[in-house]
Amino acid sequence: MKRRAFLLASLLVQAGAQEKNELRFCLRADPKTFDPLKVEEESSGIVRYLTGGVLIRVHRQTQNPIAELATSWKRSADGRRISFALRRGVHYSDGTPFDAEDVAYTFRMLADPNLRSPAADSFRFAQGAPRVEVKGRYEADVVFPAPAPGAERLFDSAPILSSRSPKRELAVLGPYELAEHKPGVHVLLRRNPHYWKKDEAGVRLPYVDTIRMEIQQNRELEMMRFRRGQLSLISSLDAEMYEQLAAQMPSGVVDGGPSLDAEFLWFNQIPGAGIDEYKKSWFRSARFRQAVSRAISRDDLCRVVYKGRAQPAAGPVSPSNRFWYNAALKPHSYDPPAALRLLAEEGFQLRDGVLRDRTGNATEFSLITNAGNRARERMGAMIQQDLAKIGIKMNLVTLDFRSLIERITRGFQYEACLLGLVNTDLDPNSQMNVWLSSGSSHQWNPNQKRPETAWEADIDRLMDAQATALDPNKRKTSFDRVQQIVFEQAPFIYLVHKNALGAVSPALRNARASALWPQILWNAERFSLGPEVSSRGR
Amino acid sequence: MTLFEKASAGVLCAVFGASLFCGWIAPYPYDLQIRDMTNAAPSARFWLGADELGRDRFSRLLYGSRISLLLAPAAALIAVGAAALIGGVGGLLGGVWDRLAMAAADLFLSLPWLFLLLMVRAALPLNTPPVASVLVTFALLGSLGWAGAARVIRVRARTLATADFAIQARACGTSRWRLLMVHVLPNLKAVMAAQFWISIPLFVLAEANLGLLGLGVSEPLPSWGNLLRDLENFHRVRDQPWLLAPAALLILVVGCFQLLYDRGEVSS
Repeated sequence: MKRRAFLLASLLVQAGAQEKNELRFCLRADPKTFDPLKVEEESSGIVRYLTGGVLIRVHRQTQNPIAELATSWKRSADGRRISFALRRGVHYSDGTPFDAEDVAYTFRMLADPNLRSPAADSFRFAQGAPRVEVKGRYEADVVFPAPAPGAERLFDSAPILSSRSPKRELAVLGPYELAEHKPGVHVLLRRNPHYWKKDEAGVRLPYVDTIRMEIQQNRELEMMRFRRGQLSLISSLDAEMYEQLAAQMPSGVVDGGPSLDAEFLWFNQIPGAGIDEYKKSWFRSARFRQAVSRAISRDDLCRVVYKGRAQPAAGPVSPSNRFWYNAALKPHSYDPPAALRLLAEEGFQLRDGVLRDRTGNATEFSLITNAGNRARERMGAMIQQDLAKIGIKMNLVTLDFRSLIERITRGFQYEACLLGLVNTDLDPNSQMNVWLSSGSSHQWNPNQKRPETAWEADIDRLMDAQATALDPNKRKTSFDRVQQIVFEQAPFIYLVHKNALGAVSPALRNARASALWPQILWNAERFSLGPEVSSRGR
Repeated sequence: MTLFEKASAGVLCAVFGASLFCGWIAPYPYDLQIRDMTNAAPSARFWLGADELGRDRFSRLLYGSRISLLLAPAAALIAVGAAALIGGVGGLLGGVWDRLAMAAADLFLSLPWLFLLLMVRAALPLNTPPVASVLVTFALLGSLGWAGAARVIRVRARTLATADFAIQARACGTSRWRLLMVHVLPNLKAVMAAQFWISIPLFVLAEANLGLLGLGVSEPLPSWGNLLRDLENFHRVRDQPWLLAPAALLILVVGCFQLLYDRGEVSS
């Protein structure tokens, strides 16, 4: 009797959840902030994406900027000014009306020198932050201190705050608003009753009433709950879990193709680094780096480590970045004889299975990577075996992330490093810090006073050229050449672009994968649960 | 010796023998990747299947056993030795020595030793050979893991120091040294042995946990610790139950040790 009552109660709870029309998924950690301008980490970023209204959104499938709160925009001839025509009749979630004063207020907040966040930083140029000129109630100009090519994409991460709402940053213009946050348990969003967007049939978006984001760090538990139907989606899956799920629920997995992220390794070329001089001379040799690149089987890395859910990489830009990808570059194929030929040109000789340089030193180096990342540990082990075939001994060292960052950014006590770059931006301007020789993220030899090699000077010149040219095609030509130089000099040896993998419940409709962040969630406002879209809100 | 005890001794001899002579027994080198055979199921070619990089699991288990079976007991020996010294001194001498010993034990139990291990690993030269790195790891584990055992030994030593036979021995003029060697230590042996056997699986598991943080045995060297990492994924274990082999071997070895230890304790 008791068991029946329990079953009945369970069914009622489940039915209640369905009645509530609630989307459920997991966040890896609690959001650190709900202030959209202070977002630094992924959980807060997802909340911002689902609640914030922006002037321009980068469409996650076409990769083109589309009008949101701005109905149109126009760039001035000198590239310093973007004039926006704003959407009329839009209200924040608490009913406060939206107009150009809110845009001005948001950019005043963004210009605050004390505000440290990626969104704020991306709007700060060397000559200062942009300002807003209010031209009318629904007209505003954003004026940049210098020509800002590609600046439209920056507005994607700048939700417009209300200058008048007493709820401050909790008054939002996106499809959802914050309803509840229980730290360590969940974040609950409810549909914004004043959201302006309607679908093609005139139904007010979003379709789903509430979104419950449960805080769950354990990916195994997340998978288990998804299998039991307690979660609607998993936004990001690793290849191993994807394969397991695909075997059981072929229709439940989605592969968005190569993501923007890249896995790569590099050698320490810093002149003052505390490593042996003869090793520095290897690492500074383009032929040595090229040889290492050719001795690594990228196909095997994709097939074995990523179960075929990755693509061999030739350079920093993934093929999913349609405009900036340099299709002329092909990843180095696995070719140990070619690698040995390159090494021989540099004076290396393979004797008794050991590669020795021209002074007789055995070729041995250590490769550091972050501990706990199984994919990187496996890649390291495979690279170790590949390099052993050309007589190079590589010691794989896994370090906790903090120690690793300390070594590659401050101490520089390392020989080679294997890491990945998480890329959320399509435009190369976001990578200036990586490619300029003066950049702190120019990892192989950062913070140079002046470029130490001719090819780094070329990259500096080309990056400056693409950052100031207003013609997108001229920018593309410059950045294509940067990719070509990086391919030839191999300061970063690019290995793979892993695919954007996820899982979607059969009950969830309109979910479409995207290689761009936030992957499956990009069109959450159009998600629906069940067969028919409610007619409420027409 | 009962049949169970004989069987336990036989199993332990077999496991130790196989791990010591793994170079001859293992069908493949532990680091050989046969990339067309990744995640292969058990077969005549791969008795325990192949791992995600196509390495023979049986060979890796043998090599891993050698590392774990030699180094975990070595770490346990260091820990119990330190515990016997500190706990024994505290228990036998009492007073300020006892307070000092227990304060040291409390300090070690409360220290975030994990961070100390991380610091030491981060400070090691990067080209340290994997074997040296493993030795350092287990030596550190041993020298940091004495505090719990020291408390147990101290209680036993305190009881022995105030036992009737000890008082009688001292009344008869027995020197402190003779009291320690003849009367106290033999009686502490069982407690120390218990702590030793208990510590072995703890050190194996500690190494496995450290592996997740990068301080354990690094690739491509196998150990029970990093072989146990395959059990993180429950669904994979359900589909590939042979992944349980390292755990089964660990349980078997610890169980056999326990059976033999029980006998030793009973007979002593």
